[in-house]
Amino acid sequence: MRLIELSPPGTRIETGTLLFTPEDIIRFARKFDPQPFHVDAEAAKHYVFGGLCASGWHTCAGWMKTFMAYWTAEVARLEAAGHVAPKLGPSAGFKSLQWRKPVYAGDSITYSVTLIESRPLGSRPGTFINLTENDGVNQHGETVMRYEGTVLEFT
Amino acid sequence: MTEIEYHFEDFTPDRTFPLAVKRVTADEIVEFATEFDPQPMHLDEAAGRASILGGLSASGWHTSSMFMRMMYDGWLSRAASEGSPGIELMEWKKPVLAGDTLSGRSTVASTRLLRSRPGIGLVNFLHEVTNQRGQIVMRGENPIMIRLRNAAEVTP
Repeated sequence: MRLIELSPPGTRIETGTLLFTPEDIIRFARKFDPQPFHVDAEAAKHYVFGGLCASGWHTCAGWMKTFMAYWTAEVARLEAAGHVAPKLGPSAGFKSLQWRKPVYAGDSITYSVTLIESRPLGSRPGTFINLTENDGVNQHGETVMRYEGTVLEFT
Repeated sequence: MTEIEYHFEDFTPDRTFPLAVKRVTADEIVEFATEFDPQPMHLDEAAGRASILGGLSASGWHTSSMFMRMMYDGWLSRAASEGSPGIELMEWKKPVLAGDTLSGRSTVASTRLLRSRPGIGLVNFLHEVTNQRGQIVMRGENPIMIRLRNAAEVTP
């Protein structure tokens, strides 16, 4: 089964919700992005964002985390029903990533994926590249991040 | 807190800023992947070798996150950064494998003052991360908001 058969272009699928606790925000940022507004709630007041907020990379990793949880369950569901699940592979990157609003400590972000198109990869017969639009929305209904992703699919 | 050395005025087109060097360990790859991207090629050496990535390889999001830290340690911690509105383009061009040593640089592409935020300018960068074999593993284009040294002397 191809991804495009499972999920027709334009179908928005919510993959899950992730709560950004101050502890998680600081733990991620200490490893990867220790700018003051990501590691210190007091210092963050003196910056544009105005409060402790997640590294943009943490927000992105959260998209991947909820996608993987969704996809693992989806593969299990398809296989249990006797289907061959789409074989998704690595990604070559993304574009037009917008961190539209800060993700503040205590925010819950609900992520989604929408398949836009699927096309054969010229350099690898039998391999397709899927283009997706992905986003994250906070508990106030505000889109905090969106980007255009890619994922390879093998047949 | 680290002393601020670079303000908006210091980011002139074509100026380059080295990223810190980073050695990528298997444990870090597995730790990141376990929390955020638990695909077999990011969790297991044998599964990685069997994949088109050719070995235990970092999640692309991990590569981007490591790049962030390399940039922070390389120069961003000494810049008057106010964060970034996004990433225009990011290419994960080659797998990042356990044991790789990454280095790289950020190059100023262009700059502009922000009308909406007096005292802050936007610096557009090209970022490149290279492995020990001289292969570019990641390329990125992104704007970063940086405070002016002398906000009063410049009006947009």
